[in-house]
Amino acid sequence: MPDPSAPAPPLRLLPMGDAALLVETNGIDAVLALAEALAPLAHAGTGIWADVDDLVPAARTLLVVARPTTDLDELGRVIVDAARTASVGAATSGQRLVEIPVVYDGPDLAEVGALTGLAPDEVVAAHTGADWRVGFGGFAPGFAYLVGGDPRLTVARRAEPRTRVPAGSVGLAGEFSGIYPRESPGGWQLIGTTHVVLWDADRQPPALLAPGTTVRFVEARR
Amino acid sequence: MTRRVEIIEPGPLTLVQDLGRVGHLAVGVGRSGAADVGAYLLGGRLLGNVRGVAALEVTFGGLRLRASGDLLACLTGAHAPARVGGRPVPHAAPFAIRDGQELALGMPSSGLRTYVSFRGGLAMPGVLGSLASDTMSGLGPEPLRAGQTLEIGRSTEGFPHVDVAAVPPPSGGPVELAVLPGPRRDWFARPEALAQTPWCVSGRSDRKGIRLDGDPIERHTRWSDAELPSEGMVRGAIQVPPNGQPVLFLNDHPVTGGYPVIGVVRTADVDRAAQLQPGQQVRFRWEQR
Repeated sequence: MPDPSAPAPPLRLLPMGDAALLVETNGIDAVLALAEALAPLAHAGTGIWADVDDLVPAARTLLVVARPTTDLDELGRVIVDAARTASVGAATSGQRLVEIPVVYDGPDLAEVGALTGLAPDEVVAAHTGADWRVGFGGFAPGFAYLVGGDPRLTVARRAEPRTRVPAGSVGLAGEFSGIYPRESPGGWQLIGTTHVVLWDADRQPPALLAPGTTVRFVEARR
Repeated sequence: MTRRVEIIEPGPLTLVQDLGRVGHLAVGVGRSGAADVGAYLLGGRLLGNVRGVAALEVTFGGLRLRASGDLLACLTGAHAPARVGGRPVPHAAPFAIRDGQELALGMPSSGLRTYVSFRGGLAMPGVLGSLASDTMSGLGPEPLRAGQTLEIGRSTEGFPHVDVAAVPPPSGGPVELAVLPGPRRDWFARPEALAQTPWCVSGRSDRKGIRLDGDPIERHTRWSDAELPSEGMVRGAIQVPPNGQPVLFLNDHPVTGGYPVIGVVRTADVDRAAQLQPGQQVRFRWEQR
């Protein structure tokens, strides 16, 4: 239930063509609160919500994808209305918790230690010590930008991206942590490896981590 | 008997496409689907197919295939000269390919993407409810290769009352596209500049986006060093990276992007954009929603 004492996020509606609206707010917590308020309406599909095919959370915005025939002025009004029920920081009851076992053997573990001033085992303790939350996706199917972790782990990307990062690599970049769902090029600082399958098109749902999911890293032995 | 087509020669790029995947953007899966949706849908309609069954999207012609079983087919989109058993076949009108006959597409003189639809559609296992080849995420069938066979499905309805559509071919000359203000129009010193100079379609364009060469679009000094946190993108969005050369996103665009979007091409005009050949000229016309 929304917490009536928590504030509704500030909103700005930005144009995004004839079939979508970009809703800007002030941070990932507000975006997730907004997405949580709108998702049930889009899912139920009553009235103008029948036109809404997708909600795309990002760092400061939520993209609401409708159709070229949609009355976007009306859609904007109903979004603003619905956003009143959103409350930032409200307890997200019933959110899924996913535990990810990680072998902390990444090639950048020492580098992350040097950047953060932490010993390697302190990096591991910081990474496993606080729960993360899926902020948004977008880089590849099943990839999740994880937010809300230990702020001491904020590190720059590698100056030179790797041409090949193995699937299951666990990395850090900026304030985010993330897991590569498949082999791809990448510039994140790699601290470990997991065998958890992030994306399986034959699984329902295919993505293990969807926006809002809580993620807890657990140290595993190799 | 199962009817099939055997790919003899795929040409530069032949993909399986339909209406794409809807509802998975939040987990990083884009829509993909036929780049010129109108042309793709027309082909299915003329054949009396169930809406949304898969067809072939042929880029720059060059496809050759052989029928196994009697087929009914239709070509829409870019006008590629086509022959069945050596005899010319019409555009935007159904024609037969008899068992063992070969369909061969030449290179389109204008337009880029020709849709080859078959009555009954293509029957293949899909991913997330679609057969679309997504060149960004790698989901869906791989680009077609010589020697591959594809099964024809049975997703048909009654035939329509027309069997030929009078559609003009995609223009080979300068094309004007209507553009609506984008979310970050104010990041640019003179957003009107987008519509004041002609742009040239770069050869590095693909289904992810059309790269445009021309006078660089400059950022407003207030935003010159600003970094935009990634935000959701749409088909038709015109993103302007720091070099000032715009990219018009097509169906396999990244789900999110970190460069400001100056404007978004009207949905109806994105189909025309998808038919632009490298080297062709484009102009934009600002409109209000």
